[in-house]
Amino acid sequence: MKAAVVVFPGLNRDRDMIAALTKIGGEAPAVVWHKDAEIPKVDLIVIPGGFSYGDYLRVGAIAARSPVMQTIRERAAQGVKVMGVCNGFQILSESGLVPGVLMRNASLRFVCREVKLSVENADTDFTRGYAQGQIIRCPVAHHDGNYFADAETLRAVEGNGQVAFRYAEGTNPNGSINDIAGVFNASRNVLGLMPHPENLIEAAHGGTDGRALFATLLAA
Amino acid sequence: MTFNNHIAITPELVADHGLKLDEYQKILQLIGRPPTYTELGIFSAMWNEHCSYKSSKKWLRTLPTSGERVIQGPGENAGVVDIGDGQAIVFKMESHNHPSYIEPYQGAATGVGGILRDVFTMGARPVAAMNALRFGAPEHEKTRHLVAGVVAGIGGYGNSFGVPTVGGEVEFDERYNGNILVNAFAAGLADTDKIFYSKARGVGLPVVYLGAKTGRDGVGGATMASAEFGDDIEEKRPTVQVGDPFTEKRLLEACLELMATGAVIAIQDMGAAGLTSSSVEMGAKGDLGIELNLDMVPTREEGMTPYEMMLSESQERMLMVLNPDKEAIARAMFDKWELDFATVGHTTDDLRFRVIWKGEEVANLPIKDLGDQAPEYDRPWIAPVPPRPLAADDIPQMDVADALLRLLGSPNLSSRRWVYEQYDTLIQGNSLQRPGGDAGVIRVEGHPTKALAFTSDVTPRYCEADAYEGGKQAVAECWRNLTATGADPLAATDNLNFGNPERPEIMGQLVHAIKGIGDACRALGFPIVSGNVSLYNETNGRGIMPTPTIGGVGLIPDWSKMVRAGFAGEDQPILLFGAPDWWGTHLGQSVYLREIFGRKDGTPPPVNLEHEKKVGDLVRILIRDGIATAVHDLSDGGLAIGLAEMALAGGIGATVNQLDDGDPIPLFFGEDQGRYLVTMTRDNLEKFYADIYPYAGVFAPWIGTTGGDSLTLGEARPVPVSELRAAHEGWFPTFMAGEITEV
Repeated sequence: MKAAVVVFPGLNRDRDMIAALTKIGGEAPAVVWHKDAEIPKVDLIVIPGGFSYGDYLRVGAIAARSPVMQTIRERAAQGVKVMGVCNGFQILSESGLVPGVLMRNASLRFVCREVKLSVENADTDFTRGYAQGQIIRCPVAHHDGNYFADAETLRAVEGNGQVAFRYAEGTNPNGSINDIAGVFNASRNVLGLMPHPENLIEAAHGGTDGRALFATLLAA
Repeated sequence: MTFNNHIAITPELVADHGLKLDEYQKILQLIGRPPTYTELGIFSAMWNEHCSYKSSKKWLRTLPTSGERVIQGPGENAGVVDIGDGQAIVFKMESHNHPSYIEPYQGAATGVGGILRDVFTMGARPVAAMNALRFGAPEHEKTRHLVAGVVAGIGGYGNSFGVPTVGGEVEFDERYNGNILVNAFAAGLADTDKIFYSKARGVGLPVVYLGAKTGRDGVGGATMASAEFGDDIEEKRPTVQVGDPFTEKRLLEACLELMATGAVIAIQDMGAAGLTSSSVEMGAKGDLGIELNLDMVPTREEGMTPYEMMLSESQERMLMVLNPDKEAIARAMFDKWELDFATVGHTTDDLRFRVIWKGEEVANLPIKDLGDQAPEYDRPWIAPVPPRPLAADDIPQMDVADALLRLLGSPNLSSRRWVYEQYDTLIQGNSLQRPGGDAGVIRVEGHPTKALAFTSDVTPRYCEADAYEGGKQAVAECWRNLTATGADPLAATDNLNFGNPERPEIMGQLVHAIKGIGDACRALGFPIVSGNVSLYNETNGRGIMPTPTIGGVGLIPDWSKMVRAGFAGEDQPILLFGAPDWWGTHLGQSVYLREIFGRKDGTPPPVNLEHEKKVGDLVRILIRDGIATAVHDLSDGGLAIGLAEMALAGGIGATVNQLDDGDPIPLFFGEDQGRYLVTMTRDNLEKFYADIYPYAGVFAPWIGTTGGDSLTLGEARPVPVSELRAAHEGWFPTFMAGEITEV
């Protein structure tokens, strides 16, 4: 399994993501600068978190219109797995690769804390390492994680098993509708999620609940 | 546009530039003619208090600044300390007080930006940040607005830049009503053989401008920050800079990439007094002149005058002396990151600082004199008179459990969760201890066992009562907090916040605080390697409490042996290390008297430095040997608050004895210094009392045992941990939601 991490200027969890992929997969991912002409042939493309283009204009909006996203869109259509975390999720949603939008947190404040997630669909290449309905710990760190979709989209997302993770046990940190923390596209090869599993993968982080996600992905 | 560089220099104009008449006379003597308008601006930028340290220099020289591990002490962008294995920690703390009061979001954000730049200018990648904040009384009309703005500004910049905020302080006192304090700390890791300095080398080499464009923001900022506030504060808003963390993040990556190529000969960030002080610094340190051509400076606005360009404090800018062979590589790198790159001048051999604009020489000054000849004052000072000690029988009484809950839910002792949850505390994936404990701890990336601990401390009410003891205590508490994680305290940075030094009683506080800091640093082997002085924190003649913030860094050789403050298990004995015979005795200047009875009298608790060191060294050995399971130092609120914090952090209660024939109030709420709470298993307790205690020379009574869901202090009623938590967590969010108007 080969992975690539795409870096836009202003992203800042690229190093965390590269570390997680390397420590768990045993092999460093390719690092693709947003202006690079080509993304190497890989099985997994990851857009990490941060503040691409300073989050100016609107979170993820500028990166979503960057030429490299066209390549990612094509690869996704070919079935390559794509994961966006935090700002990466915002970029994917701005690109239309996953349904819904991410608005400013209901508190209007940045929030960095640990939350609980329930695994809503364990039958995917991303989540197979967890049990259906399993509750895991995971940190969040964002200012714009308030997931929203109109009623029709939401019905489709819910009905089609596209909800990957939900904030559990009353820990929704941002006002997301239906407590949604992560969603798939319709064919479930693209995942956007707000929390940071890459920051909970070793004992030094105080837990390893994020590990199974990467282990599954990199083993697939 | 018209710009007249040769306007008449009137006494009013001199005064507007914050220069005294005798300082102006000195300028005339140095250059033998009246300065041009641009030159007057340059002098005001270099000779203000903020940049020249003219009131404090004499005393700062008395601080210990060297040590075995110190690679670079004060005088560079940041201090550099060896942590072994070819690596160094680069750190500094700096204030952004004045701008943060005028415009809290941008003031605080650019404070964070400035200190991060100081660190990466030296070639270090920032790995940890902290901030020490002081606000006015909660009930003051501006406080909530300032707290919200400052916290959002710090988060907005630091989170976006991508550095974890691992610690800090937030306190309230009406003495900060008109002058809040925002002290920002940053630390970065570098290789010891790849540290970059500001000293220019080589004649005729390109001086290159990098980063963001120059605008009109922050013109005269450093001069503004060197004066008191009056009623015209709203007019000072244009002196506050505007931050752009996105540019800073790109600047970081571009600078580190460029440094790796060997292209950088000297580098200096443009902080206070921007282009002026960065050029002068690089030239003067290298015994070289600098010629700048302002037509080449990238500007954000049309029609900027040379005066404005030289004094602008626009953020995210750097100045470098570059190896000319690598100019093309450097330019390509900055193009990649879409940052400005412009050759704006060159080094010369004539020790002049020349500024050319549209073919006209608008300034031509002796470069070394701008720094070396800056005024230095031995300002008159009077020794502060320490207050009378409390009478031995003057102990106002209150139920111990009620007092504990009241203090835990008070503005200054309640949980800061509302604040630190707005900071990214775990980015980079190395945070081992996040805010809320004794110190923040991060792993040293790439090393299997090493970690670094960070803390910032000062108790202004002690400094107000006795600046010497307060200065000592700030250092001792910092050292103690590092020790409580198991770290070896390495070195510190000081951020000295005081009122108007032209008042002898304020100057006396500064002098005494520095003496106290110096004595403590010497006794504890804890040198000061960087720092910043912020004076004139006064509004309409009323100053802040003296607040010498100490930011400390410690090294943990093996983080698997690190301990935390929370109780680690049930049925573990609790020992009180370093206690006097009566466990706790000193109520003068305590939070118990202040928060509950509104009393600010008595002497602060004295720090016995020899005792401090002996106790701390013993506690550190117990941590390293795996005997201690949890450690917490005692400070504000004494034994009761220390125990409650350990119970809260561990989610475990405790039962603590009480001495038979003593008053429980000083015992539980006294703030005697040099004390730690340590828990250990029963097996290790036996071993400790048999093998170590007889030789330790430190009093360490077994005062209680962990366990259960409640904290019981002596004969007081048991208080459930959930009740402690409700009190502790409740105040801040309720206050910020606007539901508390009276305290």
